[in-house]
Amino acid sequence: MLNVSGVTKRFGGLTAVSSVDLNVQEGEIVSLIGPNGAGKTTLFAMVAGFLKCDEGQVTFDQVSINGMKPHQISKLGMVRTFQITQPFAGLTTLENIMVGAYSNTSDSEVAREKAEKVAETVGMKSLLSQGADGLTVAGRKRLELARALATDPKLLLLDEVMAGLNPTEIDEIVAVIKSIRATGVTIFLIEHVMKAVMNLSDRTYVLNDGKLIASGTPSTVAEDPQVIEAYLGHGAAEAMVAKS
Amino acid sequence: MSALGKNMMLLLAGAVLLMVAPAFIVSKFYIDVLTLIFFTAYLGQSWNILGGYAGQFSFGGVMFFGTGAYASSILLTTFGVPPIIGIVVAIFAGALLGFIVGFMSFRSGLKGSYFALITLAFAELLRVLANSVEFTGGGVGLFLKYAPGLSNLQFETPTGFYYFALLLLFISIAIALWLERSRFGAQLVAIRENEDAAEALGINTLRCKIYAIMIMGAMGGAAGTFYAQKYLYLDPPIAYSIHLSVEMLLVTIVGGMGTVFGPLIGAFVLHVVNEIARHFIDTPGLSLIVYGFILIIIISYLPNGLIGMFKKKLKQTDASALDKLKSDQGDGNA
Amino acid sequence: MLPAAIINGLMFGAIYALVALGLTLIYGVLHIINFAHGAMLMLSLYAAFFLFQLANIDPYLSIAIVTPAAFIFGYLIYRYGIGVLSKGKDQNILLITLGLSIIIENSALFFFSGDQQTVSLSYSFEAFDLGFMYLSYPKVISFVAALVICALLWALMSLTDMGRAIRAVAKERQGARLVGINVEHIFAVTFGIGIACLGAAGCMMLPIFYVDPYTGNIFVLVAFTIVVLGGMGSIIGALLGGFIIGITESVGGLLLGESLGQIGISLIFILILIFKPTGLFGSKV
Repeated sequence: MLNVSGVTKRFGGLTAVSSVDLNVQEGEIVSLIGPNGAGKTTLFAMVAGFLKCDEGQVTFDQVSINGMKPHQISKLGMVRTFQITQPFAGLTTLENIMVGAYSNTSDSEVAREKAEKVAETVGMKSLLSQGADGLTVAGRKRLELARALATDPKLLLLDEVMAGLNPTEIDEIVAVIKSIRATGVTIFLIEHVMKAVMNLSDRTYVLNDGKLIASGTPSTVAEDPQVIEAYLGHGAAEAMVAKS
Repeated sequence: MSALGKNMMLLLAGAVLLMVAPAFIVSKFYIDVLTLIFFTAYLGQSWNILGGYAGQFSFGGVMFFGTGAYASSILLTTFGVPPIIGIVVAIFAGALLGFIVGFMSFRSGLKGSYFALITLAFAELLRVLANSVEFTGGGVGLFLKYAPGLSNLQFETPTGFYYFALLLLFISIAIALWLERSRFGAQLVAIRENEDAAEALGINTLRCKIYAIMIMGAMGGAAGTFYAQKYLYLDPPIAYSIHLSVEMLLVTIVGGMGTVFGPLIGAFVLHVVNEIARHFIDTPGLSLIVYGFILIIIISYLPNGLIGMFKKKLKQTDASALDKLKSDQGDGNA
Repeated sequence: MLPAAIINGLMFGAIYALVALGLTLIYGVLHIINFAHGAMLMLSLYAAFFLFQLANIDPYLSIAIVTPAAFIFGYLIYRYGIGVLSKGKDQNILLITLGLSIIIENSALFFFSGDQQTVSLSYSFEAFDLGFMYLSYPKVISFVAALVICALLWALMSLTDMGRAIRAVAKERQGARLVGINVEHIFAVTFGIGIACLGAAGCMMLPIFYVDPYTGNIFVLVAFTIVVLGGMGSIIGALLGGFIIGITESVGGLLLGESLGQIGISLIFILILIFKPTGLFGSKV
């Protein structure tokens, strides 16, 4: 469904993302993990059209989306959320979600119904008339999810929807994401916290210093010495091997 | 639904009141003041579409007015085209200018202060051009013939212009009401609130902003014809006056940006202030000094304008009712 | 004719540079656009005018009075006006300074009437003969004085502690706050210096120009054009931009006529913003 090959991004002399290849198949939940500053969000920004790739190809549903504007990519069915939540602060929750729902209809009644339905899916039904600027962190994360979901995407790009949440809230949002997948939406998500994606994703890619260092099922990736090093620092892998 | 119906009834009642008002107002002076209020409110609404709803402030909104005024006036004086057709051309001229300015500025990513200033520069550019070329009458200006008649959009009595301005006002309010209820309006508001998020949700932000400035331009163009046919004279300082640009944004900000009735309320309040100031000390500049203070106070303390102050009160009562409901249900889920 | 136009442009360009310097300094440090810049310039022209009219002080000597007065005015109006009211939002500041310019302009209209005022000095009509043109004393004095003030400003910014503090705030305001610099004070000082530039410029401009309540409108777009041309926040850019605009204006007037000649400024402004918004010399203060 999504195919990224040889994608590279440089900022000045710094290579933020270096020749990354990855793919997401229809119906999967795929995660991209890595420590802070690994280039995850930059990669996402390129996939969603917010940044231009310096090199490489991105295709979505066999269509090359290099050089497309974010709204065009969104219209194709690949919709992103933001790590730093970007609510329409002056609007209510309902109005926020309706903006997403308008993606497929110009009828405000249809958009309203769709928004209410989506709000129910993500558990925001009781907050519909609440101003978005008054939402809690968890509320804002859900709102990001809801707005994107209201566009009826084929593929959702979720940028750290769990960051900043407490364990209960994480459990809740994991359940929401699973239920979204159950409706046939493919999900590609970025997480900083490894544990959170372990029981959620079918496959995982690990990015470190702009390069992919591992991929596979979460459990194999978690045992990969390179991954452990990336997360825990130099020498950690040997230490762990020595221990066991 | 009943609340909506009630609002509709209020709206209709207000409209009817304004329509029959001339029958009860004997003084030509008050008819003229009301005409001017409607006209300013209409221009304010044109500014509001781009500035209030889409969040793109312009300091050169007068350019559409001036261009429309010249379009229909030149058609009339040079080619004898009646203003009732001329106004259509003026509308298209304004929209076209909106497209050009919008395409150039928004495409290169100008926003905030930079967009405000570039519109100022466009208005200034047009003023200099109008001053320098032959067919606008240059610095001498254009004199239009007094020839009352519907095809000339001229009227023998102030009441005629009153209804003309009222019609423009109704159209502008209809446009704003449509924005409030339509997808396009929601998209403009989304752009105002957060352009990246809007883009991520599939909104073609560039196109929406260009459409918004084209609507503004079309409305300004019609206003130009109105003005030219009412005052029968046009020169570059009038057509591209920075003061009118400022007045458009002033009435909207004072009344409430991004609201249907903000421009009308703002125009009403400012004209009343103006008349009162003139009543006490009739020296040029005084009412504008007051406007300047009002603008600063509103920006600093009432960012949502006079309407916002009123709405906030409503919201507070709403919110406390909601809180009560929540605590009743024991729903602490955020 | 052309050399004369270029020299005349240079003369005015130096004063433009001074006006733009104030604007670019304020932008570079505070990241705000002072829309009331033109109105404040007009005020200092009036200050110089009244000092001449009522106390018979030569405008060039008034520099010593108007400049510090303008600094104090700028400091106070930022510290207790703009800074407090804007709450840090970019568009708010633009609109508040717009409100300020409306107030200043119309107060001038209210108190001083709309009449154009000029001063006539004993040496107003004396001139250097350059062979191909006459260059009046006031133009030359203004030119030299503007350059001297620019040099002083440069010295202030690069050699004094205050200058270092200002540059520190411009670069990294949070960091400056952490090391104990009173950022609000520095902001107000910077604003004051920016307005002080206008005070000096007003005194130099009066003998070769006129003043009325709308004089500021003429210069506000000029100043913005210079600043975007030179790069927002760049002092060198403001200087060079001032000369470029001064020459563009006088040469444009020569080639296109008095009326159409003014088109150069808004055209340059639009083209720069659209095609090279960082300006020609886009370095920071």
